[in-house]
Amino acid sequence: MINLYNVTKVYTNGAKALNDISLTIQKGEFVFLVGPSGAGKTTLIKVIFREEIPTRGQVLFNGKNISRFKGREIPYLRRKIGMVFQDFRLLPQKSVYENVAFALEVTGASGKIIRSRVPEVLNQVGLADKSRMFPSQLSGGEQQRVCIARAIVNKPALLIADEPTGNLDPDTSWELMNLLSEINKNDTTIIMATHAREIVDSMKRRVIAMSDGRVSRDEESGVYSSEL
Amino acid sequence: MAGSAATRKAGYTAVSFNTLFYYWREAVNSIFRNSWLSIASVGTVAVSLLILGFFTLAAVNVREFTQGIESGLEIRVYLKDGAARENVNKMQAQIAGVPGVSLVDFVSREQALEEMKENFGGRGDILEGLDKDNPLPDSFRVRAENADNIPDLAGQLMALNGVEQVIYGHGLVEKLVSVTRWARLTGAIILCFLCLAAIFLISTTIRMSVFARRKEIGIMVLLGATNWFVRFPYLLEGMMLGLVGAALAGTVVYAGYMSLTSHITQSLPFIHPVTDRQVLLQVMGGMLGIGLLIGALGSSFSIRKYLKT
Repeated sequence: MINLYNVTKVYTNGAKALNDISLTIQKGEFVFLVGPSGAGKTTLIKVIFREEIPTRGQVLFNGKNISRFKGREIPYLRRKIGMVFQDFRLLPQKSVYENVAFALEVTGASGKIIRSRVPEVLNQVGLADKSRMFPSQLSGGEQQRVCIARAIVNKPALLIADEPTGNLDPDTSWELMNLLSEINKNDTTIIMATHAREIVDSMKRRVIAMSDGRVSRDEESGVYSSEL
Repeated sequence: MAGSAATRKAGYTAVSFNTLFYYWREAVNSIFRNSWLSIASVGTVAVSLLILGFFTLAAVNVREFTQGIESGLEIRVYLKDGAARENVNKMQAQIAGVPGVSLVDFVSREQALEEMKENFGGRGDILEGLDKDNPLPDSFRVRAENADNIPDLAGQLMALNGVEQVIYGHGLVEKLVSVTRWARLTGAIILCFLCLAAIFLISTTIRMSVFARRKEIGIMVLLGATNWFVRFPYLLEGMMLGLVGAALAGTVVYAGYMSLTSHITQSLPFIHPVTDRQVLLQVMGGMLGIGLLIGALGSSFSIRKYLKT
């Protein structure tokens, strides 16, 4: 589903964020992206999301070279990718329902689709009874679930989560991981960048470890750090 | 991947009713959210267009007035003595055929004398003796389509066979033409500056409302909104502000001009301002159009930098 071939990204200030990365992620996989801050995790995500264009190398999404996409094709790529952030990025003046509906509105979906689809995903993330509330009235874990509902309401093929548990306590983090596992069972590919060692170690999923812009380790059923 | 196929299809469908409603709601909300700025920009558009409107009407009147003078300008073509009457018809056709000539009248020497007598009024008897030995030549009275061409045309007519002399308001014509040209040029420059000022003010207003919602715009882009989807509510907002300003200005200009002209025609009956409804409606329509354009331009300038992908 995602193929990177010799991807290098050098920012205009000279920083080399990605250094000759090649990797393949299959449809339906659940991948942890680990590594210290500044290792290039975020840049890797941005390259897949077409927020950044690689300096060298190619990124293929479903077989299409997205580095060659024209500006007007990018939105349609992004509708196939759901994004979840550490800081949630919800709109404070919109209710839970409106925040999720917004993701459908911007794609020009009809009112009928919105009215049926939004309650469906709010139910899926367990927030059906809080749809009229505003983000400020919710706990961190609830806000993150709204963010996930917004990310999956378009039925994306890929869900990318950038440190989704970074602002959450351990119990809430586990609830969130269960939710992501459920979503993954429905054939949604998930890439999750994280620093949460216990979660990675106990989930036994594929782990791609990065350091200094390179893939230092890539193993199935991996752990957060290689055993010494 | 059934899900992505469905979303892709939804993405390419024509603009839904829901989307149109979204645009409208966003634009109206934004106008009321930044109500003071909205009022300020409507005000500036109104003031700019107000000046522009009165200026245009003044220009229309000046043009009408100068055209009135210009169309009164004529070229007199005096013929050599003894031109045969049958030649006269030929010459009249010849002159009428010269490009730029709008009207040719033949004035016979007898007619010319009659006119001269009339000009002398009651003292026509002074010219009494001339009836027998009329010294006046036959002539043509020529009108030009365009006053600019008169000096040129005079030269061409002079070159015709059988022409003794060509006379026109030498100097006066040139002066008049240059004055009206100058007035038109300065008018156009002032209009341009006023439009630029209005565009600048609208773009400031829209920039504030874009800035207040930059987070929202960022999220929209992440969620896969097309640039047009992001841009359109702001475009609509700008156009609404421009239109409201233009409508205000139009109303004031119309009412003001109407009362002004009625005063003028009462107190200064020899001046005839343009009160043609057709012309007034054209000016009002132009103002509304410029208001819309100013709004659209202003907002597209300010949204552009937030949509760099």
